[in-house]
Amino acid sequence: MSENILSVVDLNTSFHTDRGEVMAVNGVSFNLDRGKILGIVGESGSGKSVTAYSIMQILEKNGGIKKGQVLYKGEDITKFTEKQMREFRGKCCSIIFQDPMTSLNPVFTIGNQLKEAIELHTPRKGKEAMDRAVEMLTLVGVNEPEKRVKQYPYELSGGMRQRVMIAMALACEPDILIADEPTTALDVTIQAQILELMQSLQKKLGMAIIMVTHDLGVIADMCDEIIVMYGGRVCERGTAEDIFYRPSHEYTKGLLKSVPSVDRMGEKLVPIPGTPINLLNMPKGCAFCPRCENAMKICIEEIPPEMQMPDGHFASCWMNVKKQMEAQSNE
Amino acid sequence: MSEMKKKSEYLVEVNNLKQYFPIKTGFMKTTPLKAVDGVSFNIKAGETLGLVGESGCGKTTVGRSLLRLYTPTSGDVFFDGERVDKNSIGHMRKQMQMVFQDPYSSLNPRMTVEDIIGEPLDVHKLYSGKGERRDRILELMELVGLNAEHATRYAHEFSGGQRQRIGIARALATNPRFIVCDEAVSALDVSIQAQVINMFEELQEKLGVAYLFIAHDLLVVHHISDRIAVMYLGRIVEIADADDLNASPIHPYTQSLLSAVPYPDPKMAKERQRIILEGDVPSPLNMPKGCAFRTRCKYATERCAQECPTLTDRGNGHMVACFNK
Repeated sequence: MSENILSVVDLNTSFHTDRGEVMAVNGVSFNLDRGKILGIVGESGSGKSVTAYSIMQILEKNGGIKKGQVLYKGEDITKFTEKQMREFRGKCCSIIFQDPMTSLNPVFTIGNQLKEAIELHTPRKGKEAMDRAVEMLTLVGVNEPEKRVKQYPYELSGGMRQRVMIAMALACEPDILIADEPTTALDVTIQAQILELMQSLQKKLGMAIIMVTHDLGVIADMCDEIIVMYGGRVCERGTAEDIFYRPSHEYTKGLLKSVPSVDRMGEKLVPIPGTPINLLNMPKGCAFCPRCENAMKICIEEIPPEMQMPDGHFASCWMNVKKQMEAQSNE
Repeated sequence: MSEMKKKSEYLVEVNNLKQYFPIKTGFMKTTPLKAVDGVSFNIKAGETLGLVGESGCGKTTVGRSLLRLYTPTSGDVFFDGERVDKNSIGHMRKQMQMVFQDPYSSLNPRMTVEDIIGEPLDVHKLYSGKGERRDRILELMELVGLNAEHATRYAHEFSGGQRQRIGIARALATNPRFIVCDEAVSALDVSIQAQVINMFEELQEKLGVAYLFIAHDLLVVHHISDRIAVMYLGRIVEIADADDLNASPIHPYTQSLLSAVPYPDPKMAKERQRIILEGDVPSPLNMPKGCAFRTRCKYATERCAQECPTLTDRGNGHMVACFNK
């Protein structure tokens, strides 16, 4: 039996802006099991990063969780005090960000920054904490770690900085690692190094990973389970095979057709028409319907319910409801 | 006077292009940063040449030196048989245009779409009256899929994909025969990226323009290009037909680059063997002697440290710069 470690139930997060309230995340639910890699994929403005930040409660000041629960080992962390959250962050759940250039403090040495995290969350202090920092750098494949701890972030390359970020996130052995576009700022060969590292660390330490990215390639490579998001809602969720080989939401289908693939090289790409969604001006029904070629009347009127597909994965698309009804009437 | 060359089958010819930037490395001391160090290639009319490589390999500099946005340190560029130099570039910019990576910073926020697209027409005086200018602008906007009503709006009112369309319309305004696309789709979302890639292809079919398509996304480059050149630290290490390069890469760098591309297919991703390169790209200020790739190459020998390999033809125009492969 796989052990459930994190459950997100009907999460709603909104931001107050000058032009009104923006619902960035709308009723997102999912489960994460220990030792699994979950991918959240979507385009800019789909709410994938906000979902991750909501779990960590590191949203901007004008934003907040409006509704819903985030259960970590059965405890609702949205009810936590700031002091409890500080305990939770780092020790139970860590995050690494997209840009390794700006997420490290430029005026402190690498060792100093690693030591800070370790001293805050573990009983290790002083020299002991520094030894742990060196040990962590060795684990993430930084060469000459004794020398590196005395260096400043600007002395390291992008790939090395991202390794330092991973070392920092894993220093207190969290159960969950959230990676928000961890390789987007890196080159492909460096990206391959980092993904390989994350996979091997995940096997070694047995933590769960939430991988937030827009890159379908990275998702296919890394993840056991995938959530596809559009306009702050979950369109489809299932295993990697479900999503890539049996997509059941019009948006997922469109997304897969719009990336070049090796076996369709000579053919034209099939783009999704229209422009990305404006969260200030959300349609009444399905968020994707203004760009959907098969949109029906009901899509404009009502938000589609989540429905289980025959293979067991979930999709929220009226097309599936229609197909099911047609099948029933044929019988 | 611009020196004339025999008409050749190529629209753009680049011979041994070098672009060095002086970098201050101490008091009164500068070291040349060899951003592009002897690059040669040709592009036929109506063809797309993809240029790939990691950040800092000099691919953007090649595009910019080609259009003399930088003054090249040495080397020749010929356009349609005519040498591109400081005297000829003025009228040649009509034929050679560029689309930039960032659709947010490459459009003037104080100008309307009409003025942005009209600016090249003004510079090259390509109209006789206001009406003709307006007609041409509307024609260009239609070509890239923008509505006529957008003409009086400002750039900030558009999404990333639409802004990139404005940038493309501006590049097309002078009826160029060659466009350098510098990471022109990298900043866009996947679904919008496909729209713009298709538009590039349709414009090529319609207008017969040639592209130098600079990008780091190998799948996109493979999709759009006829031929692909791979750069590493200022030099081209391999250049071949797009399908040929993908099916049978020869240079060890190309091999690892292709193996590192994450394919959007879980089965393929699990079966595929990634060739992980050790370490990082060396600093271009402190380039290894001989072959620049030898510090990360598992096939490196004595000879690689002594000499720099040159591009040699391995059949069918598949050119590789490597001693051991």
